[in-house]
Amino acid sequence: MSIFRNTFKNNIFFFLVLTFGFSVNANSAEGTTFKNLKPGFSFEGPFGKFDKESLKRGYQVYSEVCSSCHGLKQLSFRNLSQPGGPEFSIERVKEIASGYSITDGFDEYGEPIERSMLPSDRFPRPYGSKEEAKGANNGAYPPDLSLIVKARSDGYNYLYSLLKGYEEEIPEDLDIGDLSYNPWYPGGAIAMYQPLYDESVEYEDGTPATLDQMSYDVANFLTWAAEPTMEERKRLGFIVMGFLIIFVILMYLSVSRLFRDVH
Amino acid sequence: MNHDYQYTPKNGFSKWLDKRLPLMRFADENLLSFPTPKNLNYFYTFGFILTMCLVTQIITGIVLAMHYVPNTSLAFDSIEHIMRDVNYGWLIRYMHSNGASMFFLAVFIHMFRGLYYGSYKEPREIIWILGVVIFLLMIITGFMGYVLPWGQMSFWGATVITNLVATIPVIGEPILTLLLGGYSVDNPTLNRFFSLHYLLPFVIFGVVILHIWALHVTGNNNPTGIEVKDSKDTISFHPYYTVKDLFAYVVFLLMFCYFIFYNPNILGHPDNYIEADPMLTPAHIVPEWYLLPFYAILRAVPDKLMGVLLMFGSIVVLFFLPWLDTMKVKSARYRPLYKIFFLFFVIFCLLLGYLGAKPPEGIYLFLSRVSTIYYFAFFLVIMPILSRIEKPSPMPIGISNPAINSSSDSGGGVSGAPSYAMDSK
Repeated sequence: MSIFRNTFKNNIFFFLVLTFGFSVNANSAEGTTFKNLKPGFSFEGPFGKFDKESLKRGYQVYSEVCSSCHGLKQLSFRNLSQPGGPEFSIERVKEIASGYSITDGFDEYGEPIERSMLPSDRFPRPYGSKEEAKGANNGAYPPDLSLIVKARSDGYNYLYSLLKGYEEEIPEDLDIGDLSYNPWYPGGAIAMYQPLYDESVEYEDGTPATLDQMSYDVANFLTWAAEPTMEERKRLGFIVMGFLIIFVILMYLSVSRLFRDVH
Repeated sequence: MNHDYQYTPKNGFSKWLDKRLPLMRFADENLLSFPTPKNLNYFYTFGFILTMCLVTQIITGIVLAMHYVPNTSLAFDSIEHIMRDVNYGWLIRYMHSNGASMFFLAVFIHMFRGLYYGSYKEPREIIWILGVVIFLLMIITGFMGYVLPWGQMSFWGATVITNLVATIPVIGEPILTLLLGGYSVDNPTLNRFFSLHYLLPFVIFGVVILHIWALHVTGNNNPTGIEVKDSKDTISFHPYYTVKDLFAYVVFLLMFCYFIFYNPNILGHPDNYIEADPMLTPAHIVPEWYLLPFYAILRAVPDKLMGVLLMFGSIVVLFFLPWLDTMKVKSARYRPLYKIFFLFFVIFCLLLGYLGAKPPEGIYLFLSRVSTIYYFAFFLVIMPILSRIEKPSPMPIGISNPAINSSSDSGGGVSGAPSYAMDSK
């Protein structure tokens, strides 16, 4: 029994050593100039859920401001109504989708058919090609935002900090040319002009549209966009972990009982 | 192995079957009544855990392959299709990507266990060698799997690693062209990597069967390193070790599930959520965490070819372990000097992993070189020297006999199974 206990302790130790060993992660490669601001989001933590009102506002900011340059190609309009997201009503989603049109197939004379979009359609792309996107933006390509939160380390805090972090005063030793200065962007010189100012949008729900509020809402919305299944993941995780914890206790008792007479 | 016990078919059908295909006999002798040393600790549960890891990877992998498209213009989006639109696709994909990390974590512990208790020594050389073959296949499979999502790190990691082949004189270039299916990483590369990534796990599975077969010929080593002498030293595999292994596996699963459900992307690189762009090189190209120690060895050497040779050498050297460490006493428990050098070996391996993620300059480069030197010195210098000069501490006579053996340097029945077979007659 004492051997059993000792080795059990050793095992835990070994796990800790190794977990620590690889938590020293490979991700620190692209350091930002500043440490990210952490406003605190409702989706953080093992039981975190999205703030649906914030997601709705975030969608509004995206569609009125960001979408003129940035696509969201992994998302369909129907995603806006699915559980665990902004949960717009189906009617609202149909209305949103019908505001865009798409060329889809040919009629019997070989002419392209133009129709309004449906909830099953993907979000429209702002540019026809990467080249066109670059041409319209001084040679800088505005990245698709579907996965931007996952594609940056500490993505949502970074995004929040970046959006509200533009500064007028440029440090003297930095030559940024035509670009804008944002200390949160690696290197400080960013091709995107400051996109959001106070009152850039007028929120449908009457929330005051401060720069801070909009940055927060967009960071929320894009976190959901990067992983619409997050709430489902955490909910299932709770059930699985709960089961395993009960199971592991029973297994521990079984092992102790079984090895009690082994000397 | 067990001489107190014989499988006897109980009913008409099992008697009939036993004469034609002794399936029940095989299962009974290898899974149920298989005599196993009674003093195995939790480090010995990783064999079972690894088998479960392999099965998990194969099952989730087969499902992923139903939805994945191995084409450079579709691969990245097909992964997102799995994550968003396939029922529980996110779960299967996170199980597979984090499962690879868990697989390597378990295999590292399993190998350190073997090193500590001398499990590679006579008569278990072949078990160890097959294990190194599995490890090598795992590295190749893991590397190819990381290329499939066709993110930035997939593409640039593949470019850096495959280009290592080109450093080999004369034959390097043609081999590289064959490997890539062209002159750079592109669609043909993705296609053949997908094909091989699907094939190799089944090859691993085959070698695992050989690995377990060889284990069941010699029987398990144990923390004392003293061979089993009679049936008092053993307990049957079932229920003792089936239950103990399962308990350890559930503990392991708890950690695995933490990653799947609460931190599924921490072990990956954010850049791999950016679609591969051959025109845009990431600031730092780093492989998956489990390859970082080897990456650190590669970059510690100023000469490219030497770096490649040392990196492969760091695995090849493992094949020769049974003949580099000729000390009869197996377990580090009775080897006070080896124990210390082993501890430093573990520390330097972890350090190499840390350094693999850092830029190869300044203090990092210096530490990589020191660690690399220690890594090879441990096998090529320390082990042979210790085999000659180390005086083992007093050992018990047997697994169930704690009395101290006065002639302990004889190694306590190293001849293994044959002596056991004779003892018990």
